[in-house]
Amino acid sequence: MANRKIRVLLAKLGLDSHTVGITVIAGALRDAGMEVIYTGLRQTPDMVVQAAVQEDADVIGISSLSGAQMQHIPKLLDRLRSAEADDKLVVVGGVIPDEDAAELKAAGVDEVFTMGARTEDIATFIRTWWEAERR
Amino acid sequence: MERDPIVLAERALGGHQGAGARLIRMLEEGDEGATEGLRAVLPSAGRAHLLGVTGPPGAGKSTLVDRMAAEYRRRGSRVGIIAVDPSSPFTGGAVLGDRVRMHDHAADPGVFIRSMATRGQLGGLARATFEATTVLDAMGYDVVLIETVGVGQDEVDVADLAHTTVVVSIPGMGDDVQAIKAGILEIADLFVVNKADLPGADRVAKHIGAALHMRAAPIDAWQPPILMTEAERAGGIVDVIDGIDAHRAHLRSSGGLDRKVIRRRERVFHDVLRERAAARALACAPRQGAEILSAMRSGELDPYTAVEALLGVEA
Repeated sequence: MANRKIRVLLAKLGLDSHTVGITVIAGALRDAGMEVIYTGLRQTPDMVVQAAVQEDADVIGISSLSGAQMQHIPKLLDRLRSAEADDKLVVVGGVIPDEDAAELKAAGVDEVFTMGARTEDIATFIRTWWEAERR
Repeated sequence: MERDPIVLAERALGGHQGAGARLIRMLEEGDEGATEGLRAVLPSAGRAHLLGVTGPPGAGKSTLVDRMAAEYRRRGSRVGIIAVDPSSPFTGGAVLGDRVRMHDHAADPGVFIRSMATRGQLGGLARATFEATTVLDAMGYDVVLIETVGVGQDEVDVADLAHTTVVVSIPGMGDDVQAIKAGILEIADLFVVNKADLPGADRVAKHIGAALHMRAAPIDAWQPPILMTEAERAGGIVDVIDGIDAHRAHLRSSGGLDRKVIRRRERVFHDVLRERAAARALACAPRQGAEILSAMRSGELDPYTAVEALLGVEA
């Protein structure tokens, strides 16, 4: 199976319109050889789950720069569980206060990358998980 | 998640989107067992109308596909969408962005959208586009829309796959000669001039019309209509869907559908034969194969002689 690729779904939830970060990440993950499904702005948890299922994404990446992460992301994790799609890696990036990051990780988010995280580290984190879980 | 292709096939036929998605994934990856899953869904396929949408980058294909899907939903059809985007030739990665224009269907389970990267395939489609449409067809989607990558003049593979091919043009794409080049012109069952509010749209339509008069008449004598749309505000979409329905009716009454089905079968057969035969030739004698490859790389054997040498190796 020479043709296996990591598929990553990137989305922004709710009324968060800052797209620079997510665009940079999309390019960096593409350059790391991954297939990035970019869904854009104003997604609901249900939309993200349906897209992740239809696309058979291995990884869901949520960018949050609006401060509403605690409102949307637990809901997303919930919906993933009810869709039996909670075997996917969920990573969150953006402006996330430490206490939110801890709470998100306790709720099931696999990793939180805050401002200053290097794109190579994000790609490496994803690839390491994939080699261990999906290979 | 499950990776048994037969189980996946059964669950996909039962309507499980995740199972269908995984089966498509395995087919795309060239998983050896996945063909078994495909064979299991094949008897249920053959009912969907397969619809190709092709045209140059920036013509508004994704937006058009989105609006067409909305109109099909209004008419009560379930819709599958395969949206193809290019892979990077250097890293093999891709950014697949067609979903950005398809938000309205993102929470509608009656619309199944799969983004595919070309993975080095030329011709405007991805490696496993044929297989993916078969899975969606078998899952009961009434219409499967295949959006090609932005194409130029000769990426016409979609016509081997689709029953109806829609070629999208826009004003301002260059001189009039572009409209009469072979290839793209000949595969169109419908022409759509999108962004019809822009200046020059009428001229584009006129030139396509003139070029159509000059082309060799197709066997089934279907006259491709030239339709104007403003996909952004859903203008003209009803006419496009009506035009597709008319083409479909024509295919049925003229026997053209059977010809398309045969053409599709032949295409799949030859694609799979080429791929499997090449893989088998390389695999059956790994040691000699590697030697021949390295002799070819160093220039000791030219590529033609190397292929003959490889095919001459006894397993």
